[in-house]
Order: sequence, then C-alpha cells, then structure tokens
Amino acid sequence: MPAIPLDRAPKPSATDPLQIRNFSIIAHIDHGKSTLADRMLGITGVVEARNMRAQYLDRMDIERERGITIKSQAVRLPWQSEGSDYILNMIDTPGHVDFTYEVSRSLAACEGAVLLVDCAQGIEAQTLANLYLAMENNLTIIPVLNKIDLPAAQPEKFAEELARLIGCQPEDCLRVSGKTGAGVAELLDQIVRQVPPPQGDPKAPARALIFDSVYDLYRGVVTYVRVVDGNLKAHDQIQMLSTGIKHEALEVGVISPEPVSSGGLGVGEVGYLITGVKDVRQSRVGDTITNAQRPATTQLPGYKDPVPMVFSGLYPLDSSEYPTLREALEKLQLNDAALVFEPETSAALGFGFRCGFLGLLHMEIVRERLEREAGLDLISTAPNVVYNLTLDDGTIVKVTNPSEFPMTKIDEVREPIVRATILAPSEFIGAIMELCQTRRGVLQGMDYLSEDRVEIRYTLPLGEIVFDFFDSLKSKTRGYASLDYEPIGEAPGELVKVDILLQGEAVDAFSAIVHRDKAYAYGVMMTGKLRELIPRQQFEVPIQAAVGSRIIARESIRAMRKDVLAKCYGGDISRKRKLLEKQKEGKKRMKMVGRVEVPQEAFIAALSTNEEVDKAKAKK
Amino acid sequence: MEKEQLKPLSFYIHIPYCIRRCGYCDFNTYTPSELKDGEASVAKVSQGYVDAAIIEINQAFAFFDDKNQVRPIETIFFGGGTPTLLPAADLARILDELREKFGFSENIEITTEANPDSVSAVDLKNLRTAGMNRVSFGMQSAKTHVLATLDRTHNPARVSEVVNEAIEAGFEHVSLDLIYGVPGESIDDWKESVNTALSLPIDHLSAYALIVEEGTKLGAQVRRGDVVMPPDDETADKYLLVDELATKAGMDWYEVSNWSLTGGEARHNIAYWHSNDWWGIGAGAHSHVQGVRWWNVKHPTTYISKLISGESPMFENETLTKEQIRFEEILLRIRLSSGLPLAFFTEPELAILNSYLAQGHLEEKAWQSGQLKLSISGRLLADQIVRALDK
Repeated sequence: MPAIPLDRAPKPSATDPLQIRNFSIIAHIDHGKSTLADRMLGITGVVEARNMRAQYLDRMDIERERGITIKSQAVRLPWQSEGSDYILNMIDTPGHVDFTYEVSRSLAACEGAVLLVDCAQGIEAQTLANLYLAMENNLTIIPVLNKIDLPAAQPEKFAEELARLIGCQPEDCLRVSGKTGAGVAELLDQIVRQVPPPQGDPKAPARALIFDSVYDLYRGVVTYVRVVDGNLKAHDQIQMLSTGIKHEALEVGVISPEPVSSGGLGVGEVGYLITGVKDVRQSRVGDTITNAQRPATTQLPGYKDPVPMVFSGLYPLDSSEYPTLREALEKLQLNDAALVFEPETSAALGFGFRCGFLGLLHMEIVRERLEREAGLDLISTAPNVVYNLTLDDGTIVKVTNPSEFPMTKIDEVREPIVRATILAPSEFIGAIMELCQTRRGVLQGMDYLSEDRVEIRYTLPLGEIVFDFFDSLKSKTRGYASLDYEPIGEAPGELVKVDILLQGEAVDAFSAIVHRDKAYAYGVMMTGKLRELIPRQQFEVPIQAAVGSRIIARESIRAMRKDVLAKCYGGDISRKRKLLEKQKEGKKRMKMVGRVEVPQEAFIAALSTNEEVDKAKAKK
Repeated sequence: MEKEQLKPLSFYIHIPYCIRRCGYCDFNTYTPSELKDGEASVAKVSQGYVDAAIIEINQAFAFFDDKNQVRPIETIFFGGGTPTLLPAADLARILDELREKFGFSENIEITTEANPDSVSAVDLKNLRTAGMNRVSFGMQSAKTHVLATLDRTHNPARVSEVVNEAIEAGFEHVSLDLIYGVPGESIDDWKESVNTALSLPIDHLSAYALIVEEGTKLGAQVRRGDVVMPPDDETADKYLLVDELATKAGMDWYEVSNWSLTGGEARHNIAYWHSNDWWGIGAGAHSHVQGVRWWNVKHPTTYISKLISGESPMFENETLTKEQIRFEEILLRIRLSSGLPLAFFTEPELAILNSYLAQGHLEEKAWQSGQLKLSISGRLLADQIVRALDK
C-alpha cells in the first residue's frame, strides 16, 4: 500500500480500465471530507507536504470560509495495492441540498462512494439523501467513520447506524482520522479492492459525461468529464449531444492536483477538457460529449436542464449601480448554468433583476459573490417559488414574482411540493411534527436510525420552506436537526396574494403569495413592521394589507406634528443650515411611494427577516 | 458701501465659564476643574480673558474703521457660559471699550444672561450701573425634579426673588428661559412652570424644547436608555400649551420659541434672524458680517494666547453663496411672526407652500395680504417646510 513515484505511475490515455477506480466521497459539510481529501493527496504523493495547504481542493474564498464545497473537482491519485499499480480518481461532490443534480452527475461518473460520517455526530439528512442517490446509481458504498481521534467519538454507535442504513455489518465500517492520517492508506486499499473498475467500449464512438463545468478567467470554461466509451484527444472536434454544438478540444488533461495536459483520455478515465468557450451554459453538467467526426447517437442517461426553484428580486442599493449589477450577474452566469435572471422594475426599489436559483443556499452564494466580487450593496426581496395558475378562462400563467399574480379570477394555483427528510434526535419528534404541521406538511413516514435518532419524512410546499423554515427547525431542535429536500412535483394550494398598501398604493416589494390561512398573520406582521420603520410624514399614512380588494389588516402612521429645532441663534445658524442641507440630500435618497417618503433602510429592514434566516442557514 | 445702507451692528460677548456643566449643555463653556488650575476660582481662570476680549474689540474696530464702516452699536448680548460669574466691573470694562470705540445707539439694548442662583441683588445693581438694561434668567422649570434631570442647581423659589431684584435694580426688560420636553416632565409640570413664569413681572418669555445633543451627559443617558425622551406629540402639546398661556398673559409670539409683551422683543436676537452684522467677541464666538460667517478658536486659553500675540482668534470662516444667503434668509425668517413676503418665493416654491396653506400650517389672512406667516401647527413644522421648499 505505498505511493507510486509519479514518473512510474500509469499514464493518462494509456491506463488499462482494470487499473482505474473512480469514487466520490459523500459527507456532510463539516464531517471532514476536505481534510480527508488533503490527506489522500499527501499519502499518494501528488502533493508534497511542504506545498500542502488546508483544504487544497476548495478553491473559492467562500468555500474555504464556510467550509463548504460548491464546485466539484476530480483528482487523479496513483496508488499501489497488493503489488499492482492503480489510478484512483477522486471525484469531489458538492455538499448541499441545492446541488442535488450536480451531485447525481458526479456520482454517475463513479463506481464507488465513500460514505464519510463524523463519528461524533452521526449521519445528517443531506448525507442520507446523497447516499440514497449513490445507491440508486448502484455504486459500491464503503462506510467510513471519520474523526476517530476525537474524545467525543462514538464509533460503535454510529457504525450500527451506518450498518443499518446500507445493510452491512457494523465491523465493515472503516475507521479513519483525516486529521492524523490513521486508517487512510487502508481506505485507499479498500477502494481498490471493493470498487469495481469502469467498463466501456474503447472502440465505440466516444461518449464522455460532463459532471462539472467551471469558468476560469484565463482558460475559459474548464469541463470535467468521465470517459465512458472511446476516447477524447486534444484537437479532436467534439460535439455536445444535447445541443449539437461543436468545438475543438484545445486541451485535454488530468488534475493531479494541478491541471496537467495529457493529450487524451481513455475509457473509464476522468479529466478535463478546454475548448475556449466562455460560458458554462455551452458545456452543461450532465450532457454527453462525443467526437464530431464519429458521433455517438445515444446520450448518456440522466441529463436535465437546471430548473430554478427559488426566485428573488435583486436591486442595487444605489440605483446608479444597475449596470454594474447586470455585468456582475452576466459574469457569474459564465460559471453558473443554474443562475437565471431577467430585468425587473419595482416601483419601490427601482431597476433590478428577478433571479432564479436552485435553492436558498444557491441564492445566498450568488448574492454574496455579487456583493463581494463586484462590491455591490444589494437589496433582495423575500424569496418566493414558482406558481402555475389556471385562470377562469383556462389560460395557464406562470408566476415567479408576487407582483405578477393576476387580479383576475383564478381557477387554480399550483405550487411546487418537496419531499423533505429531517434527521434529529428522537426527543425533538414532537417539535418537528408541530412545525411541519403548521407549514402544511404531510407526514410520509418515520424511521429510527438508531435508538435515539430518527428520520422523519414529510411532503411540504416549497414555498413554506423558503420562508424561514430552516431557522425555525434549528431553533426548535437546539440546532440538532438536519434537513434535506427534493422537488417531487406540484399540487394545488389555497394561495392568495397579500398586497401591502401605503396610502392606498400597493408597494410591489412587499407583496407576498401566502396560504389563505396565513394571509392575516402576514398582513399584521408586515403592516406592524412598516409602521415602526417608516418615519412620520406631514400627513397621516394608512398602511393596509389586502387580499384583492379586501383589507385584512391596517395600521397608520400619524402625521408628524413637530419638526423644528427650538433654538436658532447666532452660533447655531451655520450648523442649522448645514443640517438642513444634509437632510435635503437625505430626502433625495428616499424612495417615493406615491407621496410617502420611505427611507431605503426601511425597505431593507422590512425585507430582512428572510435575509437573516438565509444568512443563518448558509453559516450552518 | 455707504454707511446708511449698512445693516445695524450688534456685538455678542461670550463668557465661556460655568461653575459646573449641566447634563444637556453642549455650549462652549468650561468649569474651573476643566481648565488648568483645578482648584482655582472662575475669577482666577478668567484672568486675561477680559483683556483678550478687549484686544478683539480693537481688532473689530480696526476691521470696520478700515472700510469706514464704524457705526453706533444697536444691541449687545453677554452670553455663555455664565457671564455673571465675572465681576460686574470686568463686564463694564468690555462695555466701556465698545462705547469708546463704536459709540452706542440712543436706544441700545444690552442684555446679559444670568442664573438665578449665581447673581445677587447687589450684582444686579452693579450690572445695571455698568449699562446693562435687559436680563435673561435661566429659569428652565418650576419643578425640582425637572431641574434635577437638567443638572440645574437653583432653588425654584429663587426665580421670583431674582426677577423682582432685577426690576428693583432698574432693568427695563426681564426675560425668563424655560425648557420643556424633559424626561420625566408631565404636562401638569410644564403648565405649572409656564404659569409661574408668567405670574412674574417679565416682558419676555423663551421656551425651548429640549434638544438632546451628542457628546453630552444627557445624550449618553438617552442612548443607554437610562432616561427616555417624552414622545414628540407630547412635546408638541406642550408647545401649544405655552403658546396658549403666554397669549392669555398678553404676550405675542414673534419667533418660534419666543413670546413678549409689545416692545419686549429681544432686539439682539432679531438681529440674528434678519442677518444683520454682528460680531462675536470671545472664545468660540460666531460672527456674521455682510455674508461672511466666521467663528473663533474654542478654548479660552488658545483664544487668549492668540490675541496676546496679536493674531486674529478666528478659527474658520465661510463666505456664503447667493443661494446660501437666500436659504438662510428663508430658514431664519420663516421662524418669525413677521415672516417673509410671498414675492420672495419662486412659482414652484409657492406651489409647495400652497399645500401647507391647505393643511392649515400657514396663516390664511397673512397669505391673502401677500405674506408668509406660520400658523401654530406650522411653527412646529418650520424645518420640514424649509426642507420641502427645496425641490
């Protein structure tokens, strides 16, 4: 079980598939995947100790700061086991619920998966979801308990849990410590022994699965592929099967762990491809690459277009930064095929964009990157989901923005439904069920993972989840619960639009689509909040919440009666003039809603609960 | 400019000393302990201050003399700090210098501020002899608990004594200052304070809503939540109350925070509001002469050393643009019952004013006769109206 000197390791495009093992690591965010991966880079000798830096493979600042992996990578690791040379391709998977599809494509590129669980915490909901994905893909699962060096480690307890989940014996679970390196070499040997080698036809027309696609400032789009049949060579004319688009393969190579041009990739191999395209949407995850001269006819299974599930309006705080925001979104889209946006105008917030995201984390990441990389200050409206409406006249309308919710007669509103899996200590069952009930959840089942840990399954409207669900779940379970969800379709719901009116005029930014039973609560909450946030004006300002023409809640801001400084003598005059001039400037930054002056801060504060929730979520 | 076309000339004299600092006060004033000699009396720390002030008067004289603009003084105001902490003889030296250099107009108004508990009947006689003819006492409130919140030390009973002593000393005009909207002050507390003030033989009343300034003790208390400011609406009600009671007592409002019997108006303050020429003598004092504003170095020690070495004590100045002069004219004169002629305003401004007229914030009768005059509700919104005029 030693490393192979790199110059003697099997070469890319000349490696027998029997010598190849492709695997992923499935793990929850803080269960030590990156540390284990670092350790593997070290003991296989592809990264010298002195060049090692923590979490080598996580590239973006946000990833390193939050300890989450957004974009996957694939590293080629040479390894000798029982006297034979092997190539292990470690395909990293994103670790979050919003990226299930990308995870599924990464898994589709593998024959095996390491199920890595922190043996002080046990398995989490998202890990479970990814495990099920791996099992659906018929991957060989190697259960591994990590962090055995921790004093709080309970390897026996969690070995039982894992054994029950995947149907093995508790003693089959490997025990490792990414931190100390204990058990890592044995794990690599087990990968060689247990994971089957890839199978494919070297003579067939080329077919390679795209499992990731990343925009690089200098190289353009870098596409990560797993060759299934045939081979890919530099300077081949390649073709995307879903779109028919053709490009020249300018460079083909492997990651080890820096990119190395290899000239080609053969059956079962994993590597990268550069064509010079600038937009990841031309090289979509899940698509099949073939050779344009001798194209394959059948696509590899499982390709899906990314479907945005959550929408939010993004507006620059300073309206003159609208062009900057557009440029920043366009730039981000080069690297994010799932991000969609279109211009939107809000009477209250000015010019902005309605953006569609895979989920809440995706939304938060995009927002944070826009703010960080483009230096923008943004207001985001409360997130909402997509509604499909059937009007009385039979017309079907898709609504991604509450302000588009029609006033005409609506026959039916359908909303997206998800299947949610919650893992938590069993003492919180009551609290979780109560929460899910209030969010219109329907219990689908419950299983004990171990004596005191339970898996609860619910179907829930996605719209209920995007509205501070995760925050409530965490607070009701003292942070112990984990959540995963996947879309399963749509269902009719008793949904209404609640408008918020200032002086009789609807403020689009505050409109929300909510369940009929919750309209009143939303109305009371928002009108109350605005009463606190909007300064008194020279006239009384009624604030109302309305469903259609029916007013369901009202508040009012009384007219300002006193706005004068008592003293204005000789020494006060300059100061007073400057103060009034400053206030006049401040007034220019106010948003006018009809005749009502609303400070920008009021919008931000009124929309902020959700924002804070998302922040909390992302920090998790 | 011909002398006849010049605006009337006034002087302000700043005496930057107090026995102790009140919790709400952010004026340029110093207590003996804040100055060099911790134990020293105000008389000692103020040594040299009056000499310096006299040098500055001579600088002012040279300034006007140069332009051939020396003219008799219309009003003088001693403010602080606590001017009466200085011996009357020192204040008299200042007046003598001004009289000698500029001459006094026949009906000159010379006011001093005074605290009820730091001035005696004898002091008042001396001040009157020195030439002062108007005195303004800082009464603030008739209620002990309100005075305590403000850090004021006087016994409320002293107010009526001191007003009578001033009358006996021969002061022609006596004014009282009140502060309302103080944390813990009820409407009844305020009513009692106003009635107490109006029951005395005064011809002028100032009533100021408390302003919480940053950097003061009170500011810190409010920020920490130790004391809670009363709601604005209650403070507005107190304004309505003082206006009602003062009017009943025969006084008229002539500026947002000032009421007087006929002839009792503070002419010195009117000079500020009409953007007359006025020169502030002393540490941190502000001046305005023909569209230029400037202010002196703040610390008395720096002020004294500048003057001793023959320099100007000016710290900063600004020359007002035409727009600024106009803006100041609006923001100052809108506060006066004399108001502004409607002809002063542009068409768009008149349209905005019209909406305030419609809401009852301007007096209909004055408007009909071509004059802008705030109604009582409008007085409470003076700043808002000034801001609204800028579109």
